[in-house]
Amino acid sequence: MSEHHHKETFVTKYIFSQDHKMISKQFLVTGMFMGIIAVLMSMLFRLQLAWPDTSFSIVEAFLGSHQTDGIMDPDIYLALVTIHGTIMVFFVLTAGLSGTFSNLLIPLQIGARDMASGFLNMISYWLFFLSSTVMLISLFVEAGPASAGWTVYPPLSALPQAIPGSGMGMTLWLVSMAIFIASSLIGALNYIVTVLNLRTKGMKMTRLPLTIWAFFVTAIIGVVSFPVLLSASLLLIFDRSFGTSFYLSDIFISGEVLHYQGGSPVLFEHLFWFLGHPEVYIVLLPALGITSEIISTNSRKPIFGYRAMIGSILAIAFLSTIVWGHHMFISGMNPFLGSVFTFTTLLIAIPSAVKAFNYVTTLWKGNLQLNPAMLFSIGLVSTFVTGGLTGLVLGDSALDIAIHDTYFVVAHFHLVMGVSAIFGMYAGIYHWFPKMYGKMMNKTLGYWHFWITIICAYGVFWPMHFIGLAGLPRRYYTNTNFPMFNDLADINVVITLFALVGGIGQIFFIANFFISMYRGEKATQNPWKSNTLEWTTPVEHVHGNWPGRLPEVHRWAYDYSKRVDANDDDSDYLHGKDFVLQTTPLLEGEEPT
Amino acid sequence: MLALFYIFIGVAIGVSVWQITRIMDFRGSIADDNDNAAQGKYAIGFLAFLYAMMIYCLIFMNVIMLPESASIEGEHDDNLFDITFWLIGVVQFIMQFLIFYFTFKYRGSKDRKAKFYADSHKLEFIWTVTPAVVLVVLIGYGLWQWNNVMDLSDSEDPVIIEVYSQQFNWKARYAGADNTLGTGNVNFIKGMNTMGVDMSDKNAADDKQVTELYLPKGRKVHFRFRSQDVLHSAYMPHFRAQMNCVPGMVTQFGFTPKYTTQEMRDLPEVIEKSIGINKIRRAKGEELYIFDYLLLCNKICGASHYNMQMKITVVEEDEFDEWLSQQPTLSEVIK
Repeated sequence: MSEHHHKETFVTKYIFSQDHKMISKQFLVTGMFMGIIAVLMSMLFRLQLAWPDTSFSIVEAFLGSHQTDGIMDPDIYLALVTIHGTIMVFFVLTAGLSGTFSNLLIPLQIGARDMASGFLNMISYWLFFLSSTVMLISLFVEAGPASAGWTVYPPLSALPQAIPGSGMGMTLWLVSMAIFIASSLIGALNYIVTVLNLRTKGMKMTRLPLTIWAFFVTAIIGVVSFPVLLSASLLLIFDRSFGTSFYLSDIFISGEVLHYQGGSPVLFEHLFWFLGHPEVYIVLLPALGITSEIISTNSRKPIFGYRAMIGSILAIAFLSTIVWGHHMFISGMNPFLGSVFTFTTLLIAIPSAVKAFNYVTTLWKGNLQLNPAMLFSIGLVSTFVTGGLTGLVLGDSALDIAIHDTYFVVAHFHLVMGVSAIFGMYAGIYHWFPKMYGKMMNKTLGYWHFWITIICAYGVFWPMHFIGLAGLPRRYYTNTNFPMFNDLADINVVITLFALVGGIGQIFFIANFFISMYRGEKATQNPWKSNTLEWTTPVEHVHGNWPGRLPEVHRWAYDYSKRVDANDDDSDYLHGKDFVLQTTPLLEGEEPT
Repeated sequence: MLALFYIFIGVAIGVSVWQITRIMDFRGSIADDNDNAAQGKYAIGFLAFLYAMMIYCLIFMNVIMLPESASIEGEHDDNLFDITFWLIGVVQFIMQFLIFYFTFKYRGSKDRKAKFYADSHKLEFIWTVTPAVVLVVLIGYGLWQWNNVMDLSDSEDPVIIEVYSQQFNWKARYAGADNTLGTGNVNFIKGMNTMGVDMSDKNAADDKQVTELYLPKGRKVHFRFRSQDVLHSAYMPHFRAQMNCVPGMVTQFGFTPKYTTQEMRDLPEVIEKSIGINKIRRAKGEELYIFDYLLLCNKICGASHYNMQMKITVVEEDEFDEWLSQQPTLSEVIK
């Protein structure tokens, strides 16, 4: 690859690039753009939830024909929550997070010159771009975008008579998702092949940084589960456009009986959640991988229980494919299945608990360098614990029947996968920005960004548990029609205020990101004094990553603060400093960890 | 309120921009000892904020919670919920303390050396086995209760009710004197036969169609759920009951009402919640709230999803029998 160097034009360098570092940046910027749109949407519907009868000129400006006198229409409210969820889950936290960091870090941390197939990698990005474009176009369809919830359960999503968004908007949603899945599969296959085949000399699987383990396992989960969503979407397209009855049966709507016979929406729910639940881990595992790396580096300590961490990633991955039914306890499926899924679901608490305890033990007696990336990683552990614990309530079928589909669920999954994964993404950006752009991000803005974000995240989602326990269903345009929910109005106002401040607070990040890109301090080769291979490449990107030969690996990634005498914390550092690059050969008599 | 709100947004944006331009003039990218010291302190500050918020919500939001279970089956739900909540509450307080206290305690400095501590099989064994043991208890109790709620085979002489959903309202059908529901299908929907009951089915003639649910206290009620258009979900939060209504399929659920509507209104926690609600309603000049059981739609079903409800009234059994006898049978309504 590097042997015969092509002359690069603007187009091959910045647009149709096959270099993993450039593709990673393309994923990041596209993901951020989609993220801004999804955040704006959430702020609009939070306005509606806090002040349902108040007219807002901002609503008027954004929603055009979907509002009357500055008050949004009920079906556009549903469209906003639907598209917010879709964009956040798939476009920001799947493509934006995995796409960015798998692409950036897999070749750099395993010591490869690029992905196994640079061409497929480029295709993967451009399919993602195309699917994002289709999703954005769907926002401008006259009847409004898809509005059956991000889970798009039929028959609501199949029948334009049921809700206007199930017309053209839903068609575009399905097309966009089909393209997205293709992009995601091509990317995932590439990641798997690269990790298995292109590791440099000495980089055994048991020496891989946990980031790579996380990306690798995430890619496997994606390959196993995304095709099922593709088939679910295809069958839904058939039902919608070609008159088949996979999901529909016995329907009377708008004064007529439809011809569908014999299908079942429950089938769609099974197929959807067969992806939908593993998707949670597709979102979360990369964030946890990034966190493992950042917490270890900034604690100046080895990650505690490296092998247990790998074991728990594998256990979570395996379990994630056999728990989908916990989204369907009350769907009408056989109660016996409910028992099975309760059992498997609660088992996930074990590897998750192991991970959380291991993070805390890594912090213990560390020498914590509280960089913004480190703070976001610590924040992730905090929200992961908070959100994960309420999973014990929801995963238990007997309890789920009382609070299924209430705001308790919304609070739970936003903390455990939304906020946690976003924190992982922010941590990754602050940490690897010097590797991506050769500049450093400003730490003071980073601190502002972190504290505003975590305070607002808790301010939004902690009280939200309680309005769920009061029985308030999610996806209600307003709850003023129920006197029993009147006393929740103040809490909704508080939540919205936190959401607005938190949303606006992201300006600190956006500004820091773009200004640092041009005016930031120039990065040094290894600014965080880290052990992994990416910090042995030159600051200025070169095609093929290492100018000369590929590095050779002699040890695992976590030899931080290794001592001369392993049992004496006061003894000197074995290598004279508190970090040892993976390329450093073992000293004579040194025990590998 | 609104003006205040825009001022608030304006100020927030203004402060952000001002701060950003000011801060970008400082160079500095890597945390030094001063940063570590400052951020460590903020971590403790945040821990205080988090604790304050958690405790505040746990104490003062109790009044807005759903009152105790109004179904006999739901008692164990509440019990299991309490056990689970105490458990996760304790773990939450301990874990958050450890996370942010360690952040403060071990904040980096030039004089500190991190401990090289890569592994401890003993510790890992402990925190694999402890959650596993705790989970065995939770799973065991949970599955027992799930079985309890979902098993409808053992009750004697239940009241059988079909709950029927469509965009955007609920209807119900009582099984009548033979206590057997006539079958239904959307193809039979015509004129007064809005639930699509097969009137040629001999069990159908004595069925009774209503738009409000009456339930007898102390008798098991079996619900059969149907939907004619899209997915709906019959959510009866006070009874800890919920089941989806699926077109093309009949789903079921059952419970035994424990308190009549009137008894529920007299529960101290319901009174307290009602006082809170009525304070708000009085201020707005709206009519006062009196507790009623409700059935809400809890599966996104279209534009008016947020207003799809049905009142449920629980009465003593004799009162229930009297009410039911006054309802016309389907054969009287559908000629």
